[in-house]
Amino acid sequence: MPLLEVDGLRAFYGQTQALHGVSFAIEPGGITAVLGANGAGKTTTLRAICGMVATDGAIRFEGKPIAGKATEEIVRLGVGHVPEGRGTFTNLSVDENLRVAAYTRRDKAAAQRDRDMVFEYFPILKARLTQQAGTLSGGEQQMLAISRALMLGPRLMLLDEPSFGLAPLIVQEIFRIMRRINSEAKVSMLLVEQNAALALELADHAYVLETGRVVMSGASSTVKNDEAIRKSYLGY
Amino acid sequence: MEQLFAQVAAGLANGAIYACLALALVMIFVSTDHINFAQGELAMFSAFMCWQLLEWNTPFWIALPAVVLASFVLGVGIERVVLRPLHHAPVLSIVVVFIGLLTIFNSLAGSFWGHTLKAFASPFPRVTFPGSTYFGSHQVGMILATGLLLLALFVFFRFTPLGLAMRAAAQNPASARLAGIRVDWMLALGWGLAAAIGAVAGTLVAPVVYLEPNMMAGILLYGFAGALVGGITSPGGAVVGGFVVGVLENLVAYFGNVLERSTGLYLVGNGEKLTVALIIVIVVLTLKPSGLFGSVIVKRV
Repeated sequence: MPLLEVDGLRAFYGQTQALHGVSFAIEPGGITAVLGANGAGKTTTLRAICGMVATDGAIRFEGKPIAGKATEEIVRLGVGHVPEGRGTFTNLSVDENLRVAAYTRRDKAAAQRDRDMVFEYFPILKARLTQQAGTLSGGEQQMLAISRALMLGPRLMLLDEPSFGLAPLIVQEIFRIMRRINSEAKVSMLLVEQNAALALELADHAYVLETGRVVMSGASSTVKNDEAIRKSYLGY
Repeated sequence: MEQLFAQVAAGLANGAIYACLALALVMIFVSTDHINFAQGELAMFSAFMCWQLLEWNTPFWIALPAVVLASFVLGVGIERVVLRPLHHAPVLSIVVVFIGLLTIFNSLAGSFWGHTLKAFASPFPRVTFPGSTYFGSHQVGMILATGLLLLALFVFFRFTPLGLAMRAAAQNPASARLAGIRVDWMLALGWGLAAAIGAVAGTLVAPVVYLEPNMMAGILLYGFAGALVGGITSPGGAVVGGFVVGVLENLVAYFGNVLERSTGLYLVGNGEKLTVALIIVIVVLTLKPSGLFGSVIVKRV
């Protein structure tokens, strides 16, 4: 059974339709990338999965239909969303940010283990624990956003442009840790990226969106070697 | 000098009430960006409920928790039933709803309990404090009770997971939802807490101003002034602002009296206290719109 199945997904912002029947599936364990130009509907796809925009069509997580459910209920099923813009609680401390994320956890021992795991991945957050989260650097806030999603104990993580606005070295570090999270913590990932080269390197599967439709899909290696994709998204 | 101390002391006692109301206003403002004009009438209604329980010979220290609890439920109910359907409504519609609530509770209280002034006995034992004539026992009780209430709220918001979730929901609702927090319920809880704080304020101030349906009209204005002085986005600021306004109104009246006695020139007196509150509101809004402790709200346009 696929971990996530999206079938004929349409999404609307008021009168404007942003997705025109997107269908795809994610198998458990992997990393799937969604590529596309600005306005192709990448972010909307992630927001639609989490019930943050008005949608039409079927979305199933672990076989359960989740379309039309409230965001907080979808999140509670095990979907961690690292949003565009990082969604930092700027006036709360780093520690409080992490505790907010663990709010729904009933198993305190498991939550504590996840907290230790987060500090192992991102030791800098442990050093910044009492600092106001709004004063963190962009890279640190991105790490905090990933950590908040991890504190939910998710089986699927949706990542919206984790490389956005960050220095290449920081991006490399974050992507290295994302790979570790995927293999060690067994969290599947759906990754939206502008930086196609980077995304295709990390992901095993990829979908290409154009104006709200899937125009190509397949294994990363296949997508990477496609002539048209190479020209329009990889630039060589 | 003696009189000055007495005025400051009385100002602190009144300030405690303003601080409570300011806090109740801020509680709803930070999570919804709305000023609940009906906050005062809700507090008045709670005070009447308490009075009714006392009339039925309920001991005060049972009646008060019961009324606080009932007000909490009432607050949650109002949010869920009246305001929930208006979440995406324009701000004017919500203002009209607040004014409607104000009128409804005012007339309900009038029709249940009448418009004549009712005495409300102070719940605090009569104690004369050694060496001091400035504080009456009810004033000390008011300050202590609000102090305890504020401390309890501080502990709740600072140290409990639910308090943290409420802060997170107020600050960044979208992110809070992504953390699995039921933001709509947090708003309702905020309303409940605001109503409960108002209930304490209404009950404490009733022995001072006497009970009647319009008792909170002026007091809400002071509470609003306090919230603005402290910064409408800052709960701690609202409390400080409440006390500042309480002391300030008495000092202004005091120095007005001194001026009149020494020069014969009448500028301000007890009658202008409410005007002082309004002037404070205007001055703060003009000179420092974010208040003493509030954060400047920046909007990208």
